[in-house]
Amino acid sequence: MRARGLTKRFGGFTAVDGIDFDLFRGEAFGFLGPNGAGKSSTMRMLGCVSPPSAGELTILNGDPVRDGPAIRSRLGVVPQEDTLDSELTVRENLLVYGRYFGLPRRLIDERTDQLLEFVQLTERAGDQVEPLSGGMKRRLTIARSLINDPDILILDEPTTGLDPQARHVVWDRLYNLKQRGVTLVLTTHYMDEAEQLCDRLVVMDHAAIVAAGTPRDLIARYSTPEVLELRFAPGAQEVAAEKIKDLSPERLEVTANRILVYAADGDEFLARVHAAGIEALTELVRRSTLEDVFLHLTGRTLVD
Amino acid sequence: MAVGYRADGPPATLPRAPGATVLAVRALRCWLVMYRRTWRGSAWTSVFGPLFYLGAMGYGLGSLVDKNGTAALGGVPYVVFVAPAVLCVQAMNTGMSASLYPVFGSLRWNAVYLAARATTLRPADICRGHVLFMALRIAMNSACFIVFMAAFGLIRSAWGVLLLPAALLTGLAFATPTAACVITVRREASLNYPVRFGAVPLMLFSGTFFPVTRLPGWIRPVAYATPLWHGAALCRALSTGTAFASTGDAASAAIHVCYLTGLSALGLWLGGRTYRGRLYV
Repeated sequence: MRARGLTKRFGGFTAVDGIDFDLFRGEAFGFLGPNGAGKSSTMRMLGCVSPPSAGELTILNGDPVRDGPAIRSRLGVVPQEDTLDSELTVRENLLVYGRYFGLPRRLIDERTDQLLEFVQLTERAGDQVEPLSGGMKRRLTIARSLINDPDILILDEPTTGLDPQARHVVWDRLYNLKQRGVTLVLTTHYMDEAEQLCDRLVVMDHAAIVAAGTPRDLIARYSTPEVLELRFAPGAQEVAAEKIKDLSPERLEVTANRILVYAADGDEFLARVHAAGIEALTELVRRSTLEDVFLHLTGRTLVD
Repeated sequence: MAVGYRADGPPATLPRAPGATVLAVRALRCWLVMYRRTWRGSAWTSVFGPLFYLGAMGYGLGSLVDKNGTAALGGVPYVVFVAPAVLCVQAMNTGMSASLYPVFGSLRWNAVYLAARATTLRPADICRGHVLFMALRIAMNSACFIVFMAAFGLIRSAWGVLLLPAALLTGLAFATPTAACVITVRREASLNYPVRFGAVPLMLFSGTFFPVTRLPGWIRPVAYATPLWHGAALCRALSTGTAFASTGDAASAAIHVCYLTGLSALGLWLGGRTYRGRLYV
């Protein structure tokens, strides 16, 4: 997959503004960004269900506009909103989807057994989709997206809206696919998801790519190894922020409810904070994450 | 499990996408899987509904009508006059009901179209596949009714064997334009208008229950322009055997067929465009 100057406009609104990226086989590639950054519009163009407004895009050596059906037959897509038929059973959903790809019944049945086992839904095979939990539906959507043995799996916010336990099951399955060498493209606004699953990622904000690299690269480039998080009593934060600034940290971010101090050694800086007589309600030293990268690049947090 | 585009696998080459017919049939087969779940309920209303109509209008009302002479009906009993029209009304209703809520719902409720567009199918294939399924529904309901007509001795001519394609064409002339328009509809409430202002007046005033010649002169051209009039006139000519009685009758039948085919084809062509406008943006 290769994109140069890829742009998507809806009337006067520019959803994706000239982005460049390359995706190599066997890697897990992520688009990290807040809601409305243009991730889903990008995914729809990659899924060949939305024509680019400008720029060039090549997928599996094909042109998405000219070769859309052929490319789509080699893609697996997990959309943000489930598009399962809730009146059909789990197994029938896979049958219908396999038929769209023109697969023979026997092959569909064979793969259905394997895939339901893979997503741990074998016991629910004959049940209707309607009463399944959100996590189960998402796992079924993942199973369905694999029915055509795709070359590339595209996932648009695969765990948005799931409870933490269900998210971990989905992550575990996706990590398993990644271990098998499946090429993954995913969007997310969860930095832990991006860190766990992506070999490389781009950070998107306001329809554009603001940074690209491996999670480790991005953290090294845009943040310090450690972060000291301090919370103060209501009203005390501003005064404390001024005092901490006097200690000349590498970087300081003040968000609505906490102060983030960027330092090579968090504990060492915390000792200096204590020495200066600043008392916080809670103190936490942690490693830098992609959240910090995003905060640095855009001045905002990923999830409100 | 063999999945994916692996770092060590062969280079990716795109397969050839199959032709439009293959893709439309794929979509149809998926509709059949879904229909297995719902056919019982829909069969009941679509088979017995028209039968009740025929009983009430044809035999009940017909017994009064026939007392006044049947010259205006072409010399046949009222029930023979009205049966082919009821067949067309049923085809129209099936065509409309198979295209209104199912098309709207496929985009809004169960997302059948959104799932399908992520696969090999193009918007036009999704449209054609769904239209094939509508055609199947129209043909099934019409075939049932034609069997009843034959059983009650209401088909007076061997041309009656062409009633099925004629009814199918009538149903499609409603189904394809409706599907093409419904895909663009955003409010569910808008779906009531085609039935309220389309199907109901057409059912009453298209030469179905009485000849159009009984209407005031100024409104007749409107009736002649409606697809239901063409369908009812064609089916009536086939079942009473007047379709090919003279050159003029044959020409009329040809016009009916052309009109209905043209409207169905127009709807299908338009559907290809509106589906694309909605599913590929």
